[in-house]
Amino acid sequence: MEDSIPKMRVENLDVSYFDKQALFSINLDITKNNITALIGPSGCGKSTFLRCLNRMNDVIDGCVVKGKVELDGSTIYDQRIDPVTLRAKVGIVFQKPNPFPKSIYDNVAYGPRIHGLANTNSELDDIVEKSLIRAGLWDEVKDRISDSGTSLSGGQQQRLCIARAIAVNPQVLLMDEPCSALDPIATARIEELMDELRNRYTIVIVTHSMQQAARVAQYTAFFHMGYLVEKGATEKMFTTPDDKRTQDYITGRFG
Amino acid sequence: MTLIIFLILFAAVFGYYIAQSKAATISLTQGKKLNSLPIYHGLYVLTLTVLPLLLIILFWMLCKGYFLDKILFSILENEFVNLNFDQINLLAAKLKNMYVSQLVSQETDPNLIRVYQEYLLYEENISIYFNILVFFLSILIIFFLLKKIKLDFPARKKIERLLTIVFFLASIVAVLTTVGIISSLFFETVRFFDKINPLDFLFGLEWSPQTAIRSDQVAAQGAFGIIPLLVGTLLTTLIAMFVAVPFGLMSAIYLSEYAHPRTRAIIKPALEILAGIPTVVYGFFAAITVAPFIRDLGDLLGLEVASESALAAGLVMGIMIIPFVSSMSDDVITAVPRSLREGSWGLGATRSETILQVVLPAALAGIVGSVLLAVSRAIGETMIVVMAAGLAANLTFNPLEAVSTVTVQIVTLLVGDQEFDSAKTLAAFALGMTLFFFTLILNVIALAFVKRYREVYE
Amino acid sequence: MNNLDNNNQLTDESPSEYSSDRLLKRQKKEKRFQLLGKLSVLASVSFLFILFISIIEKGSSAIRQSEVLLSIDLSTENFRQEVLMDPKKIRGSELNKLTRNSLIKLFPNVQSRSDRRMLYSLISSGARHELRDRIIQNRDLIGGIISVWLPLSDDADMYLKGNIKKDVPSNLRRFKDNQISWLDQLMSDGLVRKSFNFRFFTNGDSREPEIAGTLGALIGSFFTLLVTFLISFPIGVMAAIYLEEFSPKNRFTEIIEVNINNLAAVPSIVFGLLGLGVFLSFFEFPRSAPLVGGMVLSLMTLPTIIIVSRASLKAVPGSIREAALGLGASKMQMVLHHVLPLGMPGILTGGILGMARALGETAPLLMIGMVAFIVDIPTKIDDPSTALPVQIFLWADSPERAFVERTSAAIMLLLFFLLTMNFVAVLLRQKFEKRW
Repeated sequence: MEDSIPKMRVENLDVSYFDKQALFSINLDITKNNITALIGPSGCGKSTFLRCLNRMNDVIDGCVVKGKVELDGSTIYDQRIDPVTLRAKVGIVFQKPNPFPKSIYDNVAYGPRIHGLANTNSELDDIVEKSLIRAGLWDEVKDRISDSGTSLSGGQQQRLCIARAIAVNPQVLLMDEPCSALDPIATARIEELMDELRNRYTIVIVTHSMQQAARVAQYTAFFHMGYLVEKGATEKMFTTPDDKRTQDYITGRFG
Repeated sequence: MTLIIFLILFAAVFGYYIAQSKAATISLTQGKKLNSLPIYHGLYVLTLTVLPLLLIILFWMLCKGYFLDKILFSILENEFVNLNFDQINLLAAKLKNMYVSQLVSQETDPNLIRVYQEYLLYEENISIYFNILVFFLSILIIFFLLKKIKLDFPARKKIERLLTIVFFLASIVAVLTTVGIISSLFFETVRFFDKINPLDFLFGLEWSPQTAIRSDQVAAQGAFGIIPLLVGTLLTTLIAMFVAVPFGLMSAIYLSEYAHPRTRAIIKPALEILAGIPTVVYGFFAAITVAPFIRDLGDLLGLEVASESALAAGLVMGIMIIPFVSSMSDDVITAVPRSLREGSWGLGATRSETILQVVLPAALAGIVGSVLLAVSRAIGETMIVVMAAGLAANLTFNPLEAVSTVTVQIVTLLVGDQEFDSAKTLAAFALGMTLFFFTLILNVIALAFVKRYREVYE
Repeated sequence: MNNLDNNNQLTDESPSEYSSDRLLKRQKKEKRFQLLGKLSVLASVSFLFILFISIIEKGSSAIRQSEVLLSIDLSTENFRQEVLMDPKKIRGSELNKLTRNSLIKLFPNVQSRSDRRMLYSLISSGARHELRDRIIQNRDLIGGIISVWLPLSDDADMYLKGNIKKDVPSNLRRFKDNQISWLDQLMSDGLVRKSFNFRFFTNGDSREPEIAGTLGALIGSFFTLLVTFLISFPIGVMAAIYLEEFSPKNRFTEIIEVNINNLAAVPSIVFGLLGLGVFLSFFEFPRSAPLVGGMVLSLMTLPTIIIVSRASLKAVPGSIREAALGLGASKMQMVLHHVLPLGMPGILTGGILGMARALGETAPLLMIGMVAFIVDIPTKIDDPSTALPVQIFLWADSPERAFVERTSAAIMLLLFFLLTMNFVAVLLRQKFEKRW
């Protein structure tokens, strides 16, 4: 089975901001073509962990990352690795939809342009169309592709951001609470979309909603106070967790 | 010179396209992705060709004169063996004059004309050789750079690093400006103190530099005591602050605490217009409208008012500074958190009580900072005092008399014909140094206040 | 505000330890304080009005210039042979003579030398230049008699505009009784008119107010601002980008920042001294040139542009930056593709306001010699020239009564440009400003 080969592997990861340690020796494998959900109370370090996976923490002052993070067996925290090329392989979708104040087309085309994925304009058109179709947005925007991306509704904006991320043809897609700013209907659309996307991409999602994790993820990891408390198949986590804290969290005692 | 620049640009643009297509071809034939997009390979060639060559050209332009002078001198030495050094220098100056004016009169010595033509030929040749050299250099550089294009050549990173360096250099310009200000003021001031005793300058009670131009006079040195000027500056600044601080502060309080948003939306831009009016306009206003008005008023009250009085200049300067004080204080007051006000209102305090006892004390550091900046501005203000305060450096605290300020004297000393190295001209730089010194101290203190305030509330 | 007053009313009604007396006093105090605020705002704004009105009142008459219609005999016998071949060789004194002759024809009974001299002085001494230009433009005029409107002298102009009072004794005023009577006669003959003062916009500076114009100063200002913009804007924006996006947080960066903040508050005249000490005496750049003026002003506006640009860059939200980085853009790409374009409206607004300030700046230009009397209109950035605010300063210093109205008019012109620039800046800000 493909499942057994981890797409990404994290070993003994420590992260600290200035003097404050945020993550303590995390070990986690992220399996291919699955959705892995990271859950936990706010401030538990799950977003920090996610951002380590494509080195978005590099841009934060005072952030120190120690330990090993591998993508397809090669370490990503290496002097020789350019975060720019890494991020093309490991895309990210943020909590709040953040389209560029440019046209829908330019939003999606930006990534392919800077990475030189299209040699001609028609190739670029193809990429844009395909990405929008995959993000389930094409039918809604195909007639106003040159409208500003910010003119879309919140849910559409978030799907635009997903289209923008997959236009670069990444292998892994990181999603940082992608539905927290959306209404339930838009959330449902995104969740459906994630399930479709998992055929092509490996997805890691941070969510504060356990229901969402239960709905979309095959694997779940529970973070608490900077520690990875428990990890495993989602079903097992939500039915028979090993750790008391997991139990307390999923039954709503805290968080 | 323009021709060679165009040639280089042309070659560089050519190189840009070649590099781009070469990179694209490499990627295509090897079937692998480039490290950087072709356009970055192109830009790499373009910038690394243009930048160094433009620097070379700039350098050449700066020192070409020096080389040519040397050449001219050696030609003249060979031609007129019997002349001494000074005479040859004189001839060289004459020739250069001919060169600038492009005029050769009939009376000129035919030998000289021959030398002149020889010199012109040299000059032309040197320029031609230089242009050819530079052009070939640019071709050479382009070839060299094109060779470097490979699949994994990090052109984008190199360009970005270069750009970061250029950005860094741009941010250094401001530092260089400060260095330039300090060094130009400092060296001239030191030269001034060679001629005038620093103690006489700092503690002298009389300022009359005009006598210094007549060397046959007994008081050939003139009097360079800065005290009357400092007193004059202090006086006008004080008057200005008496106008600006109450009006500015009260306006700021009213606009930020009481005014309806619509009123505020009209008044604020109006005050900004007041702030944007050039000082020369205020100066004219002070000299033509305010000063006569004050004089007439004085006549009415039986007071003797000079036609150019410290009062007129100070008043108008105050008006000029009102919007400065009000807009800075407005920012400061609005930054005081609403919760503080609500706390006070909740205890049953009236608005004015809240403002006077809660908001203003909380905003004090910021307000002090803005007032100090306003003082620094008043001290450095030039045109209003030049046009309305007068030139006579009276040592007086009477606002109805004419006084002179540091800035006024800098202007009067330097406008018009000036001889370098005269104590008069150098005095202006010493005054500038004094001015810079005082305003700098004020600014540093003011900015420290503002910064402390920001740290608390922002 | 009303809520609060109501609160106070509440305490008034409910029994409390406060006597209503005391409360009344507090409310009175409140009213007084508010009134004080209102009055100071009113005063500040009325200063603006007084300033504007006083300038407009003084300057509006400069829109029109008095002229006199003279018929001038240009018959060929009045000219030297050389002139007939080439009208460019014509001399001002020859034309003066012709103008004077035509005046004498109008007033044949003015005989004594001193009276004649007074009569001649009705006409502007600049009239001969206009006549000369006309003849050079159209050489066919030679040989005939032409009727031309020529500018009256400043004193005559001032008299016609009512600025010279008749009730002042004749010996105390510049414009004498007999001149008044001649001028009145010309008026009754319909030979005097007040026409639009185009000279004010098309001429360079002059010692004669009636033909002095602002074109030279305007072009000087334009060149100066051009240089200022070309230097300070790119450097300022690049420095802002470096400091806001790339600079490491260390001691050196801190020094640069403190230095910029302090430089923004250095008196402008000190920049003039820098220009004199460094650009003129050390590098030996030409005096009085817009090139040097622009360099000095660009150093002066640089800190402002850097500060404004940094603020605009800072206002671009982090989410946009993250979006770009998340797609694999490098930091430089993030800045150049997203942050800079989004900050540009704010940067441009700041740039325009900086240019407006530079346009009104006078003192530093005095230091580098842009204060000379220059008649010619500059054509290059290293031609000697002056600038509009300096022109205002020069005219304000001139004793002639007529220069007061010209100065005010020049101020109106300057304020017009400044207000336009401010207006454009405000529009730009409103049109492109994004609230994130």
